[in-house]
Amino acid sequence: MAALVLAEHEGASVRAATLNTVSAAAKAGGEVHVLIVGHNVGDAAQQAAKIGGVSKVLVADAAQFADGLAEAVAAQVLAVANGYSHVFAAATSYGKNILPRVAAKLDVAQISDISSVESADTFTRPIYAGNAIATVQSIDAIKVVTARPTNFDPAPSEGGTATVESVQAVAAGDTSRFVSRDVVKLDRPELQGAKIVVSGGRGIGSADNFKLLEPLADKLNAAIGASRAAVDAGYAPNDWQVGQTGKVVAPQLYIAVGISGAIQHLAGMKDSKVIVAINKDAEAPIFQIADYGLVGDLFQIVPEIVKELG
Amino acid sequence: MKILVPVKRVVDYNVKVRVKSDKTGVELANVKMSMNPFDEIAIEEAVRLKEAGVATEVIAVSCGMPQCQETLRTAMAIGADRGILIETDVELQPLAVAKLLKALVDREQPQLVIAGKQAIDDDSNQTGQMLAALADMPQATFASKITVADGRAQVTREVDGGLETVSVALPAVITTDLRLNEPRYVTLPNIMKAKKKPLEVLKPADLGVDVMPRLKTLKVVEPAGRKAGIKVADAAALIAKLKTEAKVI
Repeated sequence: MAALVLAEHEGASVRAATLNTVSAAAKAGGEVHVLIVGHNVGDAAQQAAKIGGVSKVLVADAAQFADGLAEAVAAQVLAVANGYSHVFAAATSYGKNILPRVAAKLDVAQISDISSVESADTFTRPIYAGNAIATVQSIDAIKVVTARPTNFDPAPSEGGTATVESVQAVAAGDTSRFVSRDVVKLDRPELQGAKIVVSGGRGIGSADNFKLLEPLADKLNAAIGASRAAVDAGYAPNDWQVGQTGKVVAPQLYIAVGISGAIQHLAGMKDSKVIVAINKDAEAPIFQIADYGLVGDLFQIVPEIVKELG
Repeated sequence: MKILVPVKRVVDYNVKVRVKSDKTGVELANVKMSMNPFDEIAIEEAVRLKEAGVATEVIAVSCGMPQCQETLRTAMAIGADRGILIETDVELQPLAVAKLLKALVDREQPQLVIAGKQAIDDDSNQTGQMLAALADMPQATFASKITVADGRAQVTREVDGGLETVSVALPAVITTDLRLNEPRYVTLPNIMKAKKKPLEVLKPADLGVDVMPRLKTLKVVEPAGRKAGIKVADAAALIAKLKTEAKVI
């Protein structure tokens, strides 16, 4: 029995969510192999070989994988999936895009966004925006699983001594073509890996006002997030969205500024260790889950906090 | 060009769901049901493509209980031309729905399937991708902008880290994200008109599809709760708490 983990990478390095996925896969009970599909991914493969608990790294390196298109990557996963008891990927936009194609072609169910591995065939996963937790058992021969990174501790990035093996790259058609990518490069930590997250909601009032959060995030070395309301209103870009349909985060400290606390937002942050809420409405639902609440004008309070932090 | 749009009947997004005391699922009796919000965006986009002269027909499809006819009527009130219900009382999981839709794609030959990226009940985010794989079509998931021209769709996708644009040859499957459009309000005259539009009812067996679930739900429980904490007086008190009590900064 062995589990295959589809790695998420940036060519030169493996993305952090892969480490969490490796730990999830290890809990299924067998060996863990990592598959890297991309172009010029030698460095990422070497890095993957050092991940604790990984015994083999498979590398499919070819030009048709350069942009990580779902059709090409899924075909490659299928080409090597035979013989594995499990295929895992992180429940990120990369994994969510690719893995259901793999499951459908294998004629098996996918178990999405799991929060724990109970046994080799049984998993828990949040449903209804995290308002219920279902325990599900798969009757399929191969379990295709996406794992929620925040629910699994990362595997150690050093110490492993996996073998690296090249696999035959599968040809891809051209029905799908990559056009462009518009990725915002921030000087701040990534939202999903950050120890501290400062998020703004509709109460911030405008895209300009969102800058108010920057000095606070800088002081705390925090990532900046946003509620769906703030993103929908155009105050913040879509990749900042925390919630049921955005990103799920579980930092040590989550500071919600001007966020009322809609169910779908709470679904994305309620596993944070400590939650601070700043809102002018003392009745806002966010206060029902916040460890520390501060009722008042955020435009006054946020600069005060920055000052207190010195 | 035909566009096929699957629509799911789900617990309304404003309802706070309750887990049943016997832990078999969530309480669905006497709960307000609505069209999955992502599917509403999908219907709206398809109807806009028809209004722009790109599409000629919009077909809404739903799978499940007879009550899904209401969801199809809503889709037709937004502007879908006809509806198809694949009726069954078996619990439908994404793979089964994808197979049913694949059978309909074979029959109807749409150039585009626009689906919601996920349903807000089971939060699976699978059906569109699975359909694309089964029908050997390219896919563009999590769309925030769609342009159709020259036998291809150019789609801007919301991905971790920003936006990505892909171009897929038709026929293709697109799944919608929240920013794609704002669905219109359904007007009374359109609700009346929708009642007269054709609605076909099929059974999974008519399409030769086995819909038996592959996942067994062993139990459904409430998530571990979080207690409300305390209110602090000012910024200084907050920082003191975070440093000495919570020890997170």
